[in-house]
Amino acid sequence: MIKIDNITKSFGSLNVLKGISTEIGKGEVVAIIGPSGSGKSTLLRCMNLLEVPTSGKITINGQEITDPKANVMAIRQQIGMVFQHFHLFPHMTVLNNLTYAPTKVKGMAKSEAEKKARELLARVGLADKADVFPSRLSGGQKQRVAIARSLVMEPQIMLFDEPTSALDPEMVKEVLEVMKGLAHTGMTMAIVTHEMRFAEEVSDRILFLDDGRLLEDTPPKQFFQNPKSERAKQFLEKVR
Amino acid sequence: MNLDFAQIVPYIPFILQGIKGTLLVTLISVVLGFIWGSILALIKISKFGPLNWLAVAYTSVFRGTPLILQLTLVYFATPQLTGYNISQLEAAVLTFTLNSGAYISETIRGGIMAVDKGQWEAAKALGVPYRRMMLDIILPQGVKNILPALVNETIALLKESALVSTIGLADIMQNANVVKGAIFRYFEPYLIAGFLYYVMVMILTWVARVVERRMRRSD
Repeated sequence: MIKIDNITKSFGSLNVLKGISTEIGKGEVVAIIGPSGSGKSTLLRCMNLLEVPTSGKITINGQEITDPKANVMAIRQQIGMVFQHFHLFPHMTVLNNLTYAPTKVKGMAKSEAEKKARELLARVGLADKADVFPSRLSGGQKQRVAIARSLVMEPQIMLFDEPTSALDPEMVKEVLEVMKGLAHTGMTMAIVTHEMRFAEEVSDRILFLDDGRLLEDTPPKQFFQNPKSERAKQFLEKVR
Repeated sequence: MNLDFAQIVPYIPFILQGIKGTLLVTLISVVLGFIWGSILALIKISKFGPLNWLAVAYTSVFRGTPLILQLTLVYFATPQLTGYNISQLEAAVLTFTLNSGAYISETIRGGIMAVDKGQWEAAKALGVPYRRMMLDIILPQGVKNILPALVNETIALLKESALVSTIGLADIMQNANVVKGAIFRYFEPYLIAGFLYYVMVMILTWVARVVERRMRRSD
């Protein structure tokens, strides 16, 4: 579904990604882990062109999104993204946060968008919050709304950029539960995370990045029990 | 002290009539100036080279020359240049719009830049096109950030609108001038004019507070 072919990314003289190739199949859940500064988030952000790779190709469903002539807006509409700091629209109610993109970007009828939005809010356990503003929600609730906001666009792929890193510990679980539920529906997911237990439990594959290189691309069991690289061993010792 | 308010009483309605001129110039210029300033601000933050440069140069010129000079130039030079006999109100509104647009554009630009980068990213990630993103997501938040500054600009414009008396537009100031000429007294007509400006500014301040409270309801 997503094919990443030897991409690099530099910010000025700083080389963040140094040639990464991998594939993510349909329905696959991939966890991207590694020390901070390793390029995890940049790799994820390349997948919906929030960062444009310096070189290399990314193909989604056979369409090359890194082609300069590609329709970036249309591509992004098929890829949901959830951010560390939620980024809900503060001047809109929760319901409007959800219905904005489908109605204004996809041209969905307002009534249909609202119906879908309410269904999704119910699915993430926030049906009663439709009419409040985001500032009234807890961090965990905000993140669940953010997930629902992405899902209402019916994306084929969901990207998660450290979705629980900004949350109080007691709110991490509610968000991970929603993500687990999503994984079980067969959604294709790429998740940058520091939640090792979650990665082990939910993902089909672990991508371990260090210093802009993909050091491991293995099933979680193998990665957590017997990592190949010395760097991954060190990393796991520190985080567990 | 040589004060005689009895003499001025018959002229008070005439000075009050000037409110219409003052309000007309101020309100139209504020609305048009805001629209013009928003457009300039959007040009300035866009990466469109030549237009960008023009907007910056424009702002520089309008902030760098006296308002009264701009007004005089627009009113007296327009007929000379184009043959079009520009009315006082047109000249006043045009000048104040162009001028306050220059000031407001900088304020709005600041407000837009202060909107969290994440808002742009969230909108982009949802596939929202640039124009929609600016109008629906970024500008509303940017304007909310700068509401107090916009109120200040409106108040400044209301007071500066007294300059239109120099081209003979019948605003509060001009009508006070006329009364002064009729009764040969300075203090009384200008005191009344000053009082009217002050009351209008107070009303404006109050309205702004109400609007601000409404806009803050999402906090």
